Amino acid sequence: MYKITNKKILAEGITMFEVEAPLVIRQARPGQFVIVRLNEFSERIPLTICDSDKSNGTITLIIQEVGRSTKDLCALNVGDEISDILGPLGTPTEIERFGTVAIIGGGVGAAELYPVARALKNKGNKVIVILGARSKGLVILEDEMRVIADEITITTDDGSYGIKGLVTDALVKLIERGEIINRIICCGPILMMKAVTEVARPKNIATVVSLNAILLDATGMCGSCRVTVGGKTHFSCVDGPDFDGFKVDFDELLLRNKRFLDEERKALEL
Amino acid sequence: MARERIPRQKLRARNPKERIKDFEEVALGFTEEQAISEAKRCLMCKKKSCVGGCPVGIDIPEFIALILKRDYESAIKKIKENNNLPAICGRVCPQETQCEVVCTLLGKEEAVAIGTLERFVADWEIVHSKLKKPKMGNKNGIKVAVVGSGPAGLTAAADLAKYGYTITLFESLSASGGVLRYGIPEFRLPKKILDIETEYVKSLGVEIKLNTLIGRTFTVRDLFEDGYKAIFLGTGAGLPYFMNIPGENLNGVYSANEFLTRVNLMRAYEFPKYKTPIKIGERVAVVGAGNTAMDCVRVAKRLGAKEAMIVYRRTEKEAPARRAEIEHAKEEGIEFRFLTAPVKIEGNEKGAVKNMTCIKMELGEPDKDGRRRPIPIKGSEYTMPINTVVIAIGQGPNPLIPHTTKGFETHEGGELKVDNNYMTSIKGVFAGGDITTGEGTVIAAMGAGKKAAAAMDRYLKEQK
Repeated sequence: MYKITNKKILAEGITMFEVEAPLVIRQARPGQFVIVRLNEFSERIPLTICDSDKSNGTITLIIQEVGRSTKDLCALNVGDEISDILGPLGTPTEIERFGTVAIIGGGVGAAELYPVARALKNKGNKVIVILGARSKGLVILEDEMRVIADEITITTDDGSYGIKGLVTDALVKLIERGEIINRIICCGPILMMKAVTEVARPKNIATVVSLNAILLDATGMCGSCRVTVGGKTHFSCVDGPDFDGFKVDFDELLLRNKRFLDEERKALEL
Repeated sequence: MARERIPRQKLRARNPKERIKDFEEVALGFTEEQAISEAKRCLMCKKKSCVGGCPVGIDIPEFIALILKRDYESAIKKIKENNNLPAICGRVCPQETQCEVVCTLLGKEEAVAIGTLERFVADWEIVHSKLKKPKMGNKNGIKVAVVGSGPAGLTAAADLAKYGYTITLFESLSASGGVLRYGIPEFRLPKKILDIETEYVKSLGVEIKLNTLIGRTFTVRDLFEDGYKAIFLGTGAGLPYFMNIPGENLNGVYSANEFLTRVNLMRAYEFPKYKTPIKIGERVAVVGAGNTAMDCVRVAKRLGAKEAMIVYRRTEKEAPARRAEIEHAKEEGIEFRFLTAPVKIEGNEKGAVKNMTCIKMELGEPDKDGRRRPIPIKGSEYTMPINTVVIAIGQGPNPLIPHTTKGFETHEGGELKVDNNYMTSIKGVFAGGDITTGEGTVIAAMGAGKKAAAAMDRYLKEQK
């Protein structure tokens, strides 16, 4: 059992937990995730390891309520226990000295990018952060990112905070002002990652996207999370979640992620 | 005096019309009278060829003799000298190709039903007797890690514990058992039986650590750093093969592993009580004809598929599944399309499977395994409406461990290379089961786990 030691509401429907999971920390690297199963009736869902604390053996998870499982998890309180946490999983994000890196996060995608941004900064990169959200109340990790970033832009769909518009608008501005970007690392909704990739492609800026396919075991034994990258099938749980955005078949992933839409609705209604 | 000729006892099974409505066990095992009657058929022959056919070397005539005396307590003790998981083996071993195929009776009459007799005494113990610990070696304080809690790992861990080692068994999933848990359905192996057998292994002093993926949570090198003096890898062959045909990533195409894991481990057949979903269409095609394929197609029927079929490129004769499972599938209304191979899957505008195109095959010359090679018949393609496709054409070793620890030598298919003592190319790291042989049987993995445990014991004694 994995005990919750801290809980904080970050935004409407977005909750941060610190959970005791000492085994996960030993090999955990930025970009990796865990599989969580709340209790014996629950499904296995992936969550990014946003941070970890070696001294008390906890990891930080940020959960957005989007369905039955995330709703059940967000209802937990300090002292409650999670039945299963497996990790760290996935191939860690490549952390090198690239030069200038644009970190682009949509919504709760910022949770995955925070440890990546920090590691890239520590490696000596210039880190430019763009965070997008539907509205002001849904922007997360802004303060944490400000500490790391050389520059930060917030965009909101409704203009309630930062620039009104999409993360791609902010990216276009960066490019137009002549900023030399050596790499883009992007995490968020599939359509957003696809749009960022399409902005980057004509400029030939290397773009890494962190995919969010439907996972089951997440150890490479089932292929539920298979994605087409460069015309070949990859398992995003072990080969990813990071892939070269230019090579990803986003449209296929969009369809595959709707596989269980009816069942997801039914489970939520319970 | 001439021996009384008694026919082999029939294994009782639930009515097909009833059993396809649920996931409860199909085969019911012997009654006591049946067991006695079947035990009488054993000739108690001197050469005991059946023992040689058993990968873990159970003294079969001995335990059958004890059944005849109605001393089931001693019979199960006799079996457990060699086999830690008899209730499982009695159910899932392909006895017809192992102990029973070398039975002396065979040829003159049917072989003794050794598997069902083994199951009988194991089930008897579960109902009538407290599970008893066998004689244990003195605890020697030496730590040994076993990775993977499938048949190979459970067997190696139990035997090493009996030798006196302190065993930690690492498992990546949230429950132990490997393929016995996520692969073989409830209707062939009730999970209650698996739980009882696993409790027995734990009672020997084996600590099972779940949610621990070696290669990610920690590496093989980390285990040595943590003081484990030897490591057994029994991580199986859990990497699903796909066919590489167009349309394979459409919604409604599952690997057998995904399909069975959702159903067996996550209990998706009880959705929404259990929250893991599974989706199944009216017409389901399962590609392949091994035991995994039979499990998938029978699961599909139980999930409510109107038509569930096996699509296999060879004939029934070459099908690797157990005869009994093919028979059970037929009784349950499963359709078989032999000499047929899928070439294309097509979807609708939502990306869901709509139909599948197959090509007919004929058998050519035998290939290097001795099985006649299927050859496509030109122009024989035909398309049929299909909503769900399950691919059960086999699987390979999971590459995670060799990828995350340098120094492992592997065969072309990714199987770990081991020497005659089950040691890999890294000193102190042993391996057995599907990770070294590719996809095999439960009992072959148990046999490897047993022999590897003995080799590890020899190795560790030499190290002192």
